[in-house]
Amino acid sequence: MDNDETLLAVEGVTKAYPGVIANDKVSFSVTPGEVHALLGENGAGKSTLVKMIYGLVRPDSGRMLWKGAPYEPATPHAARSTGVAMVFQHFSLFEALNVAENVALGMEDPPPMRQLSERIRKVSETYGLPLDPDRLVGELSAGERQRVEIIRCLLQDPKLLIMDEPTSVLTPQEVLILFETLRKLSHEGTAILYISHKLEEIRSLCDSATILRLGKVVGTTNPRESSARELAEMMVGQTLHTPSRDSADLGDVVLELTNLSVKSSNPFGTSLKAVSLSVQAGEVLGIGGVAGNGQDELLAALSGESLAPRGAVKLKGQEIGHLGPNARRALGLLAAPEERLGHAAAPDMSLTENAALTGTIRRNLAKNGFINWSATEDFANEIIKAFDVRTPGPHNAARSLSGGNLQKFVIGREVLQQPDLLVVNQPTWGVDASAAADIRQALLDIAARGAAVICISQDLDELMEISDRFAALNEGRLTSPRPAKTLTVDEIGLMMGGAHDMEVAHVDA
Amino acid sequence: MLTLEKRPSPSRMWTLLTPPLAVVLTMIAGGILFAFLGKNPVESIRTIFWDPVFGEFAFYYRGQLLVKAAPLILIAIGLSLGFRAGIWNIGAEGQYIVGAICGAGIGLAFYPTENPLIFPLMIFAGALGGWAWAMIPATLKVMFGTNEILVSLMLVYVAESMLASVSSSLLRNPEGMGFPGSRNFKDFPAAHNDYLIESAGIHWGVVAAFIAVIFAYVLLSRHILGFQIRVTGQSPRAARFAGVNPSRLILFCLGTSGALAGMAGMFEVTGPAGQISIDFNSGYGFTAIIVAFLGRLHPVGILLAGLLMALTYIGGEAAQSTLGLPAAAIQLLQGMLLFFLLAVDVLTNFRIRFGKTEAA
Repeated sequence: MDNDETLLAVEGVTKAYPGVIANDKVSFSVTPGEVHALLGENGAGKSTLVKMIYGLVRPDSGRMLWKGAPYEPATPHAARSTGVAMVFQHFSLFEALNVAENVALGMEDPPPMRQLSERIRKVSETYGLPLDPDRLVGELSAGERQRVEIIRCLLQDPKLLIMDEPTSVLTPQEVLILFETLRKLSHEGTAILYISHKLEEIRSLCDSATILRLGKVVGTTNPRESSARELAEMMVGQTLHTPSRDSADLGDVVLELTNLSVKSSNPFGTSLKAVSLSVQAGEVLGIGGVAGNGQDELLAALSGESLAPRGAVKLKGQEIGHLGPNARRALGLLAAPEERLGHAAAPDMSLTENAALTGTIRRNLAKNGFINWSATEDFANEIIKAFDVRTPGPHNAARSLSGGNLQKFVIGREVLQQPDLLVVNQPTWGVDASAAADIRQALLDIAARGAAVICISQDLDELMEISDRFAALNEGRLTSPRPAKTLTVDEIGLMMGGAHDMEVAHVDA
Repeated sequence: MLTLEKRPSPSRMWTLLTPPLAVVLTMIAGGILFAFLGKNPVESIRTIFWDPVFGEFAFYYRGQLLVKAAPLILIAIGLSLGFRAGIWNIGAEGQYIVGAICGAGIGLAFYPTENPLIFPLMIFAGALGGWAWAMIPATLKVMFGTNEILVSLMLVYVAESMLASVSSSLLRNPEGMGFPGSRNFKDFPAAHNDYLIESAGIHWGVVAAFIAVIFAYVLLSRHILGFQIRVTGQSPRAARFAGVNPSRLILFCLGTSGALAGMAGMFEVTGPAGQISIDFNSGYGFTAIIVAFLGRLHPVGILLAGLLMALTYIGGEAAQSTLGLPAAAIQLLQGMLLFFLLAVDVLTNFRIRFGKTEAA
């Protein structure tokens, strides 16, 4: 038995799935009021671990203790009644209902609506989370929706609050508001288990950090005393190199968008509204923004999947708005969409076939409409080799690869086709840190060789690392690009927030 | 407890093994069914699956095998192209009928001229008729986003009404003493789809079926269009990204399957059926859907599946006459074949595990 201070102790917990050990004898403990980080790459076992604590998955062996007593939640219901609450990365809210109704749906026995609204108002004021209980969830921003989830948890008066990658959908200002709230909660004695792979966040927020790699605990540190680099290297288990570039002189304008408006093909999508920009050879343009503000639509409009008026898109002076993907590829515009499986690659097809997906034109892999499969396989092998894609061979199905490896394949496929303009959306989303560094380096390399790169991403650190200029998408509108070097976090946040006024929290904690 | 676990990639072994396994399971379940009907199960199964190929009267049945299989294969090959791309032409029966009417109609228009160009012209007209009939659902889908399943299926009934109409009016045999039905093509050598090798049952339709198999095989494995068809079926978004024009693909797939079905109808009506009559069509257009899936939408698979399905037809007829099995029992057997195939198909993508289940 641990000391009385310990709220939750996880001791030697193991959970295996077929072919992979998600957690291997994991131990750590959380004390009341502690903000404890679970740090690890995608696939390190963070999610499985918290799912066990939240009663969604049962451990194969090992035990958990809650205030010294055995804790074996069979369901999330049992976990909640013990005092564990969790805010998931993906929200489970009904857009057609208002805030209070959504909160009521998640409660064990909700009080009458009027009383509930009053409580929501009170909690939101106390914790600096401005939220009107009568508004429809469909009208709320991602940050506000997260507040609904958090308030839903807070109403249960939790002793331990689990937050799974909470900042991935927030603007920097919203992150600050969230952190104030979390600090206040921890001040009042609520323990917080904070899952993330963003090191700076963890360093500014958390009291201690348990670092997971491949299902095992590889270290427990005080993140405030370690540098971000040390944390990253513990997390990855190897020395990381920071992407670097030889600065190249900017060349001619490669791409020019003039008042590009494209209606989204998805009824829930965001249409592009009068987007204008230009990119020069040798330049990396970073495009930030909170998810769902037109990123997919911008990529589709550039790749040629959705068409535009002729003159709205110009590549090297030529009007290409009306041309489809293959015609644009022939002219040197290549793209890599966000969704790897099912968009950038066909899941059940082999890597060779996936190499043919975009490669036939620029690599001359087809003659008279007949595909030269042996040349295509050579191309697939070339990608695998040049980008260190871990796979038994090009005959393997795309879906058998891990996210990072498939992403390296997708980016490699486009990079090796020598684009004049490469457009990527979320190039390192869900990719482990070393693969992410490789991908960023590849983007910088082709820019150094004189190609233009447009990198759409929700990862601001990534954009600041590689971009020459930065612009942000907000509800389908693009801000005018500004040099990335001189931007402050506040300015970036305002660009991402667009015309919307930020609600700044006033928390007295 | 049994649990299904998704395989990282589809099992190659099970892809090949599931069709024979389905056949074996069908034989077992069919045998049980026949036993309940008071027949000797072993004898029934042997009559259906063995005797037509190796039995006493095999010399007759073997020829029939290709005659029955050819239209099934020809139609199923066309259908499989669309099915692979997620384009569901359910109305091959209608395209088959319209192709037969057009092909036969062109031939009959020249009666009794003897010219070697007539038959090729009829093939073309048959293909064109089926193509045009399939273009109706295709065009509606491309222009208005209608559902091709419903439109193509409904057009089958329109085609059947047309068939009834022309066989008692426009194409009726003037010397037929008022009976519905056209002239018999046996009496019109230039337009007759005669046997090339009678003992083997080979006529031009069989030749066309084999050509279609080879054509589809090359298209799917080597040509970029076949690649686009496969990508579209697997992930439409990836296909769009790869530059596939969905409208053009719909027109191509529906058009090709219509043309092949129309050709099959023309070969059938001018050969084995002999004449346009109200009910010359025997549901080949619908059975071909089963054949396409039984053959895993793969050209070679379809060739084998077409032969197997033809076997159940021939064997089934033999069992009806010699053992007195009801026709419905034979149809049940054919349905079971597809049922078992779909059931064991799970093994291709999943692995069965014995053990306790996992709370989500």
